[in-house]
Amino acid sequence: MKILKALAVLGALVSLAPAARAAEGAVELPHTRFSFDGIFGTFDRAAAQRGFQVYKEVCSACHSMRLLSYRNLREIGLSEAQVQAIAATVEVQDGPNDEGQMFARPGRASDRFHSPFANEAAARAANNGALPPDFSVIAKAREGGARYLHALLTGYADAPAGFNLGQGMNYNRYFPGHQIAMAPPLNEGQVTFADQTPATVEQMAHDVATFLAWAAEPELEERRQMGVKIILFLAVLGVLAYGVKRRVWADLH
Amino acid sequence: MSIGLHKSDFKNPVVRWIDSRMPIFTMMQKEYGTFPTPRNFNYFWNFGALAMVNLVIMIATGIFLAMNYTPHTSMAFDSVERIMRDVNYGWLLRYVHANGASMFFIVVYIHIWRGMFYGSYKAPRELLWILGVVIFLLMMATAFMGYVLPWGQMSFWGATVITNLFSAFPVVGEHIVTLLWGGFSVDNPTLNRFFSLHYLLPFVIVGVVFLHIAALHITGSNNPLGIDPKGPQDTIPFHPYYTAKDSVGIVVYLMVFAVLVFFAPNYLGHPDNYIPANPLVTPAHIVPEWYFLPFYAILRAVPDKLGGVLMMFGAIAVLFVLPWLDGSPVRSMRFRPLARIAFFLWTIAFGVLLWAGGKPAEGTYVLIARLATVYYFAYFLVILPLLGRLERPLPLPESIATPVLRGGGPLPAGAANSPMEKA
Ligand code: HEC
Ligand code: HEM
Repeated sequence: MKILKALAVLGALVSLAPAARAAEGAVELPHTRFSFDGIFGTFDRAAAQRGFQVYKEVCSACHSMRLLSYRNLREIGLSEAQVQAIAATVEVQDGPNDEGQMFARPGRASDRFHSPFANEAAARAANNGALPPDFSVIAKAREGGARYLHALLTGYADAPAGFNLGQGMNYNRYFPGHQIAMAPPLNEGQVTFADQTPATVEQMAHDVATFLAWAAEPELEERRQMGVKIILFLAVLGVLAYGVKRRVWADLH
Repeated sequence: MSIGLHKSDFKNPVVRWIDSRMPIFTMMQKEYGTFPTPRNFNYFWNFGALAMVNLVIMIATGIFLAMNYTPHTSMAFDSVERIMRDVNYGWLLRYVHANGASMFFIVVYIHIWRGMFYGSYKAPRELLWILGVVIFLLMMATAFMGYVLPWGQMSFWGATVITNLFSAFPVVGEHIVTLLWGGFSVDNPTLNRFFSLHYLLPFVIVGVVFLHIAALHITGSNNPLGIDPKGPQDTIPFHPYYTAKDSVGIVVYLMVFAVLVFFAPNYLGHPDNYIPANPLVTPAHIVPEWYFLPFYAILRAVPDKLGGVLMMFGAIAVLFVLPWLDGSPVRSMRFRPLARIAFFLWTIAFGVLLWAGGKPAEGTYVLIARLATVYYFAYFLVILPLLGRLERPLPLPESIATPVLRGGGPLPAGAANSPMEKA
């Protein structure tokens, strides 16, 4: 019993650490529900595909995703042909060829996502000095993950009276400090979804957050499935180990 | 010992042939088979075996990570993400390794706590205890350098803050820092040497663990009563009794581990470490990994930089001399009504420091951290030495096999733990 108590205390201590962090100055995020919540949640493929479309048509003008390859899109249900078609829309520099020349060719499924800017300086120059962060692991790189991304995209508002908004900055309820250099990127009806889903800001934000959550943790579904099997296996093993222990110790009592 | 073949008791001819020439089977049999072990261990005695398992897991996953990791500032971050995405089961390797570090500290903190509660550091186990503290120090160094390897924002800024601490030492400080950095700031040479050392130190730990076990097998284990076994009726062979009991502990440990790895792999990490290191952008709050937070809190509780560094190192150094600070002849706190309370308060102070270390160093947080720091040290330097003289322990049981308190009676002074030895 003592041991259980001690373990409980330790567990409480360990769980304090991230809690301590989360509390710092951040605004409480709305409790948005996602298909991948909970232990058995999975990525809603249709939502992730719509999210990719939002990324491609809107965000990719400023935000790179340099760690993803076009072939990865197969995992959210796009067909081989679709992936190749998407890849082919970008021009990739390759080479040197046999003559030692660099050359341009259409993208292939194995290529990394095309980045909008050649380097950080170019990205800043085009964005008033602010740097649009890379999206490859953005959902893991922000407290709150997809919930934060959704909140940020739907969190633009007029600055409250007396708030000192800088030149070219925008007020956002969820961005730390509330001043963000990115203008509201989403507008009603901005994209046309093939599956007729109405493109409200709320819908697009939710879908792109799903897409970015997948991009950051593409292994999530496999990981959880394996986890369930391993926990079940360990539970059986634990019962057996405990039974063996009882048998072995029986002659001592 | 005489020269010549060892007289082996093993029947299997191959085993016997080897054992006669190199009696490792006899040794294993003696140290892990028939090794006489107190019969009254509780589950706290699992944690040494768990630490051993954890060390093996760290080395095994680490070696495979190293095959795919690139220790260069321009590629380290991407190579870790490549492990996560493109290496077969790379995400599993990395999450096991990263959460394994947390599990290691959980296990070792409990292991140390057990030693402190049951007085395992007292004579004759002082050297065993000291070797344990050495392992703890090596683990901290290893984990600190490992955390730098993925080259995220917290990697970079954590490394910068912690290495800079050494500059507080007069005269040599700046030189130590330059040596750690391999240059004039945390940069590629730093990453290279940290990777090299991060690969090396775990094997040093293996060596010290070996010494730790060697010392253990001379003194034998302590037990929850803290009294010495007085004969065969008080002990049982390690195998099968404790191999069976440790197996139960290992399965429970693996379950906790699995929950972290499969369902909350980033729960104990910091999101900022998924932002590639950027020397030009300082994160709002630089916090080390959770297992360093108590010591980080002590560091920041002291207004003076050198003083803070000394207190932080002192918080661990004091463990080395703990066997001589605690003068009480009674080992187990079960029989020390006052020390027990003082120790539970110390445990709370440690928890408070862990919590305060994750908070910004301002206002009441600093005040709370200061109070906890004072108690942390007072426990070792004032309370334990005083209680050693003033406390009246409860009567000790006569032996492990008859743990009924009635036999004990009032304590003859100084004869508490080992009446047989003293007689
Ligand atoms: C016109 C360029 C541009 C477009 C288009 C754009 N962004 Fe941004 N975004 C930026 C800039 C610039 C920043 C940096 C803001 C700052 O640091 O103040 C940024 C920052 C962000 C951040 C990081 C916020 C944080 O917590 O640091 C997120 C998330 C984000 N954008 C999401 C999106 C999404 C989703 C889209 C597409 C729907 C999008 N952006 C489209 C320019 C853009
Ligand atoms: C005492 C045992 C060890 C401890 C406590 C430890 C701790 C750590 C920690 C905390 C990290 C950072 C995890 C992250 O956030 O990514 C890490 C990374 C790493 N470790 Fe270890 N480690 C140990 C043993 C080893 C060994 C033996 C090797 C190699 C043989 C190794 C190789 C690596 C590599 C390549 C990384 C970078 C990849 C990554 O970040 O996941 N480690 N280690």
